[in-house]
Amino acid sequence: MKLVTAVIKPHKWEEVRAALESFGVTGMTVSEVSGYGRQKGHTEVYRGAEYDIALVPKIRIEILAEAGDVEDVAGIVVKAAQTGRIGDGKVWVSPVDSVVRVRTGDRDEAAI
Amino acid sequence: MDTGDTAWVLTSAALVLLMTPGLALFYGGMVRAKSVLNMMMMSFGALAVIGVLWVVYGYSIAFGNDVGGGLLGDPSEFFGLQGLMSDKALVFTIPALAFVGFQAVFAIITVALISGAIADRARFGPWLLFAGIWATVVYFPVAHWVFSFDGGTAPVGGWIANKLAAIDFAGGTAVHINAGAAGLALAIVLGKRVGWRRDPMRPHNLPLVMIGAGLLWFGWFGFNAGSALGANSVAAVAWINTLAATAAATLGWLLVEKRRDGHPTSLGAASGVVAGLVAITPACSAVSPMGALLVGFGAGILCALAVGLKYRFGIDDSLDVVGVHLVGGLFGTIVIGLLATSSAPAGVDGLLYGGGFDQLWRQTVGALAVLLYSFVLTLIIGTAISKTIGFRIQDEDEVAGIDFTEHSETAYDFVARAGGAGVLGGKPSATVRVDAEARGANA
Repeated sequence: MKLVTAVIKPHKWEEVRAALESFGVTGMTVSEVSGYGRQKGHTEVYRGAEYDIALVPKIRIEILAEAGDVEDVAGIVVKAAQTGRIGDGKVWVSPVDSVVRVRTGDRDEAAI
Repeated sequence: MDTGDTAWVLTSAALVLLMTPGLALFYGGMVRAKSVLNMMMMSFGALAVIGVLWVVYGYSIAFGNDVGGGLLGDPSEFFGLQGLMSDKALVFTIPALAFVGFQAVFAIITVALISGAIADRARFGPWLLFAGIWATVVYFPVAHWVFSFDGGTAPVGGWIANKLAAIDFAGGTAVHINAGAAGLALAIVLGKRVGWRRDPMRPHNLPLVMIGAGLLWFGWFGFNAGSALGANSVAAVAWINTLAATAAATLGWLLVEKRRDGHPTSLGAASGVVAGLVAITPACSAVSPMGALLVGFGAGILCALAVGLKYRFGIDDSLDVVGVHLVGGLFGTIVIGLLATSSAPAGVDGLLYGGGFDQLWRQTVGALAVLLYSFVLTLIIGTAISKTIGFRIQDEDEVAGIDFTEHSETAYDFVARAGGAGVLGGKPSATVRVDAEARGANA
């Protein structure tokens, strides 16, 4: 079992969700987060005064997947979230030791 | 008495009253989320304090018979607005109390305008005290200088209106230069905000700013066209000039932004609106509609450039009361000396219309007199309050947010599942404490 975590541009969220859904992903956890990468935030100008805004709003998606599906899931996210411009985000995969479904007590693969 | 004139002036007075809540939105959106309530409360505080003082003695100081030199009206003549309820008490063609009401809302917004210079850091009580003292020793006398015409509300009026004969139709000097100079002085007295120029202090809600600017523009038709004190052609000229100058100023401001910063901004549009309104205020009876376009366009460009100066001088005039109201007010007042045309209701020719330098020096003297008087008196009042009861909040309170420390409120509930329906930790995100005895006492 793996955890796929993606940080993407907020306006790409709907496309990513639709692509994951048509692949068969049935659930995910989504949060609004902020941060910065190589683009180092951005600059805003108010009455001629420039402000460096360090943090950029992002969407973080977390998906639990079986090991065999992980490459596909990550690929779908990358394809749907890509604009080719700086600040598109990242997708990473990490191992998961165990999972329990709260309602039934099902464990691991049965709980995904 | 003329019923049409009366109806228009009463309507205009209500329009001008709306400008102060409009200003509260305009200013409130420009500060950070942690101080929006205090920013708006400074305007509402001005409404409350000046509304009371105007009735008690403010009107009388401004519009009572002159007690000497055109400097001050007799505070006892109309004390408590005595004698003005009679249907014989008229100012020109309208009931005296309609005029009292119209002028009251001018006094209120002038005081409220100052608050933009001291955002995020003034204790509320001392602000109310300042508002009352400043109105008493600065606004009421200056309104007498500028707005009290001989034979209007009393036989002898103020020196700028009658002796100097400077043109200030609706308050470029009495309202905008006055408030702008006071804002400058008060920003100096209170000092910079914690973290000024280091921390980002960008506007927290630009739609509020734009709603505020819209309400100001709407109310300003009462301010300018209502100053005709009648439903007549003078009011119509003022109305159109108020439209023309404001539209042109918005374009002027956005043009500067586009060329200098790369983008035309919503804050720039809202600011351009106000800059144009400020500049046309003294001039709206003295210039043609084409002249008004020039006044507005010039003001939009000038004010957009002027708002950057505070960084050079190191003065935290937080919301640019100086850059917009002082600079716009000076420009609008002095430009009358250039662009006035005798075909407009004021009937005076400026330099560019062959009138020579006569009106130009009158305008300049009037503008500088109000600027100097307001600046010096505000320095004295502000310093006196600072040295005695204290004017500024503690630094740690400023960092925590003045809304919470001065008013025990916060403007927005940022907690997810807010408003008491929260489930985090099994408890609502807000709990309600009701003091049973207090509730019983209120019931």
